Formats: sequence, structure tokens, C-alpha cells
Amino acid sequence: MVEARLSSPQQVSLQGRLGALAFTFSTTWPDVLSAGLEKGELVVRTTRDQLLPLMTFLRDDPQCRFEQMMDLCGVDYPSRAERFDVVYNLLSVTLNQRIRVIITTDEVAPVASVSGLWPCACWWERECYDLFGVQFSGNPDMRRILTDDGFEGYPLRKDFPLTGYEEVRYDVESRQVVKEPVSLAQDFRNFDFVSPWEGMLTLPGDEKAHEVRQHIRRSRG
Amino acid sequence: MTDADKGILLNDADAILQADIPETLLPDQQVKARERKTLEIDSHALNFGPQHPSAHGVLRLVLEMEGELVARTVPHIGLLHRGTEKLIEYKTYQKALPYFDRLDYVSPMCEEQAFALATEKLLGIEIPERARWLRVMFAEITRVLNHILNITALGLDCGAVTPALWGYEEREKLLEFYEAASGARFHANYFRPGGVARDLPAGLEDKIGAWAKEFPAWIDELEGLLTENRIWKQRTVGIGVFTAEQALAWGFSGPCLRASGVPWDLRRMQPYDNYHKVDFNVPVARHGDCYDRYLVRVAEMRESVSIIEQCLSQIRPGDVKVQDPKFSPPPRAEMKRSMEALIHHFKLFSEGYHVPPGATYTAVESPKGEFGVYLVADGSNKPYRCKIRPTGFAHLQALDELSRRSMLADMVAVLGSLDLVFGEVDR
Repeated sequence: MVEARLSSPQQVSLQGRLGALAFTFSTTWPDVLSAGLEKGELVVRTTRDQLLPLMTFLRDDPQCRFEQMMDLCGVDYPSRAERFDVVYNLLSVTLNQRIRVIITTDEVAPVASVSGLWPCACWWERECYDLFGVQFSGNPDMRRILTDDGFEGYPLRKDFPLTGYEEVRYDVESRQVVKEPVSLAQDFRNFDFVSPWEGMLTLPGDEKAHEVRQHIRRSRG
Repeated sequence: MTDADKGILLNDADAILQADIPETLLPDQQVKARERKTLEIDSHALNFGPQHPSAHGVLRLVLEMEGELVARTVPHIGLLHRGTEKLIEYKTYQKALPYFDRLDYVSPMCEEQAFALATEKLLGIEIPERARWLRVMFAEITRVLNHILNITALGLDCGAVTPALWGYEEREKLLEFYEAASGARFHANYFRPGGVARDLPAGLEDKIGAWAKEFPAWIDELEGLLTENRIWKQRTVGIGVFTAEQALAWGFSGPCLRASGVPWDLRRMQPYDNYHKVDFNVPVARHGDCYDRYLVRVAEMRESVSIIEQCLSQIRPGDVKVQDPKFSPPPRAEMKRSMEALIHHFKLFSEGYHVPPGATYTAVESPKGEFGVYLVADGSNKPYRCKIRPTGFAHLQALDELSRRSMLADMVAVLGSLDLVFGEVDR
């Protein structure tokens, strides 16, 4: 697929331009952690503090001119110290290029809002706050947006169960919608697809024997 | 004004005494008391939806009215939130695909295309030529389906009933093509990572060709009803005006962006599948009002018909999916004889395929605008994160800006011209 995209001359020049941009960011910007092409897409990782200056530059610089913020989303990596990625996807319609800016944050550290640069960021940030609990400072309207009234928790975090904690139903006797803890007749069936032939060397319950085998092999070698 | 405010008001004598004291030296309360406060007593809030027929689904608007003028619009969304992104994280890539039909249920195949393209990009597979043509052709059929519904529903909102009656008949023909190709009228599950589900049945290409010949006449009839209609123009011209700068800043895309004068079409600028092999115009309008959005959509339907005809003339027999049993199931007949095919089939539909780690933002030009998928894979057989970039979300957000100081009845026209579907906005 990547080769097919590269084959047209328009795409080749685009790749060259994005590569040049990546080089500029990684050499001239102080807090850019990495910048490069991933699967033909320009990705820049930076720090929370540098977000606003970088975004302002991306919008206003004649080399960049990313007039549109198409998307903002969170990604959760619970094992990391700063567990959330906040991902901004920008588009330039004048130069026909895209860029992805990624920063990290945790549950409490606020991210500067970009709603002053692109007014549409307001709802995207609300959505990210609603689903992940990422805090944004400077957003004029920081309310939940997609979840139900009175919803607790942040549903797209990896430690939030798929079934949720509460279910609602209309109660005929009390004539109102009531919330109850979720009760399921059957557990959610989540299969483990780690293949014993491909990645997994030690089968569950076989750890001791495996250790012995490994030891034997090592002592022989 | 509350009692507390009254209590700290300075009386006139005090005000004269303190007139020459600079404000900064006064205690806080007194400074506050000097502020003038205006109380609105004439505004009232109006609840629009969520069960309003012209709210196009489950949208609830709280409108602050000043007489018959809309002073402020507060959209409340999320009534159709089903947690699609969370569900996708627990499904294999194949099982995640049908969720995309259920997002924008008016243009299902275009949404599937975004997810299929994103998965193919991460997998690094190339689909056969015939599958590309089929995808382009059905994406354009989807575009016509979507635009018919949008234009006629907008007409219905503004009081024109006939286009809706005619439009449903025309949509029925297209849904029959859907059914013949995929087996389902709406939730097609037809575009899959690695190609399309199955080849067209015999004779369908001729039927689509016959339809494409007579459809432009229907567009003429529709235009005869609306385009120069005095009532229609009074309801739409100059209503909900958005400049190009505003449209860009608010993240508009698709017909709404082109109606504001920005010639931007992903099919042309960042072509995917076989869009670089077809010749089509990108209709652009200048005023950015409801009427221009309508005109752009009508012109796009004509272009779609031309693209469908080009597809039909260039499409050749061949494979419709990748010939790799790791990604596409073996033929039924082979499974009866070959053990290996049976194992492949079982593994594919139980475990699915593992996608190498990586992330991509892949966008397609859906009939409503840019529909994107930000897909993060971690090497397992399920997406680690699948963010869906709905088109209507950005359009709806701008509703306050679009309809400020407009009449209540124009609100309905603006809402209709944005082409919102709440399966997609709420996800």
C-alpha cells in the first residue's frame, strides 16, 4: 500500500515535504521529543508546555498552514507514568498535508486548551475529558458531552469494564428511571489469543517445567 | 437583582464622597457595587427535540429566544451514545467492521471504507483492482443515497413534501443494488479489509448501468421542484451563512465546506482506492448558505452518476479480495475438500488476524465530509484504540455560530442543510 502511494509523483513530493518538515521540527524546536514519518504520516511528539506555541506555529507559519483541526483524541496506556496520549490531527487544505501532534498527560496534569486557535477544539476536548478524564485548562465549556446525565467514571480508560458499573431501567412502581448495579447472567467471554506457536514460549501452568528445560539447554550450551 | 447585591449598593451621598477616590483603593465589595448589571427579562428557553421530527434523530437543542430570534443555541448530544469505540476495542478487526454501518446509517459503505483502508494500511496489504473499482462504485452509490435523503428531508423540513415521496422511490432502487451485492439493504458489511465481501451477482452491472442512464432525468425533476422554487429560495437563500474562514476554523468538511467556497475534496486531493483513475468535477459554491449547500449536493449527485458510469466501463473480471487465506476466507467449495482451508476458515473467524503495531489516521470523503479513523494497533488481533472522527460532530458544534440571531423557523433549515445523523455524531 505504501509503495502504491509513493508511486504517484504528487505523493513523492508530499513525502519529501513532510520529511523536510519533520527535520525542521526535530532540529529547531527545543521540546520536540521526536518528529518523523510513520507509515507515510508526519508525527510530532512534544511536551505539554510546548503545545500551545507549537500549535500556534503550525497554524500560522506559511510552511505549515494547518488551518483545520480535524480530530483530537485520547489513548490510554495504563502502565505508563503519564498514562494518556492526547493526539491532535491537523489538516492543511492550502498545502494538502496532514500532521499528527502527540503529547502525554496523566489524570491530574491539565493540558492547555487549543480552543483559542481552533474554535472546534472545544467539543473535541470536552469529548476527551468525558471519555478519558483528561483535564484541559482554558476551555470555556468543560462539561461532559456524550455520556448520560450523572454518569460516573471515564468509560474509555482501559481499567473501565466494557459492561460499565450501572444499568438504568424504567421502574413502573416508582414511575422513574432507576440506576442499578449491572448484573449479567453470563460473564463476558474474553478469549486470550496469544498463540503457543508464535509468541508464547511458556504455557500457563508449565512455568516450572519450562524453567528446568531452559536451564538444561543453557547448561548444555 | 438579588437582595445581596442591593445590600452593598452605595447610596448617593456615599457615591459623591468617594467620587475622587481611585477605584483601586476602594474595598472589593464597593468596586463590585459600582458595576452596572443588566437583567434579561425578555428571553426564554425553548426545548427543541429530542423527539422533534426535524431534529433528524435524537438531537436536543436548548434555544434561548428573544421573541422569535434565536439568541443562543446549546446542543445536547449523546442520547444515541452506544460506546462504539469501547466495543471495538474488545472485538477482532473483522467483528469491528459492522459497527461502522451503524454509525452513519445513511451512508454505511463509506464508513466501512475508512476502517478497511486504515486496517489495510497497518497490515500493509494491497487489494485487487476489481475490489477497488467495486469500492469506488458503491461509495458513489452511497453518496447518491445519502444526498437524496438529505435534500428531500431538508425539503420536507421546509414544507416541500413531494421530493421526499419521489426520493424514497429512487432510494429503493439503490438499496436493491446494496441488497444484491451484500445481502443487506442498510447494514451491508460489504467492504472488508482485503477487498469486498463477495463479487457482484450476474447482471447487476447492467442494472446499475441502466439506472445510471435514467437517474439524471430524476435529478432534473427534483431540481424542477426546488431549485427555482420561490418558497424554497425564500427559505434557504441567505440562511445560515458561513464564510470560508469560519468554515475552516470550525472544522467543516465535505459539501458544507465546498459550499463556503473552499475547493477541497479528499477524493481529488488525497485519492484512495481508484479515485485517481476517474475523472470528475468538484462542485464549489460561493455564498455558504443553505441554498448553496443544496446546490453543491445536487451537483455532486450528477458527478457521482458520471463516476459510476466510468467505473462500469473500466471494471474487469477478477479477484475481489486478497488471495491470502490469512486475511480473506477460502471459498466454500474448497473447505469441503481441503483440511488446510478448513483450518484457515476456523482461525480467521475465531481468532482473526494479528495487526502489526502502529497507528494511522485514515480519512475518506464520506457523503457528509471527512470521515476519519484513528486506528492504533498493538500487535494483537483487536484494535488497541479506534477513534472515529465523525463529520457531523464538527458541523453540529458550529450550529450556535451559524444560527445566531436567526429566526426560529430558519433553525430547522440550517439543521437540515448540515446533514446530521446522530448514529455518527454520538457514536
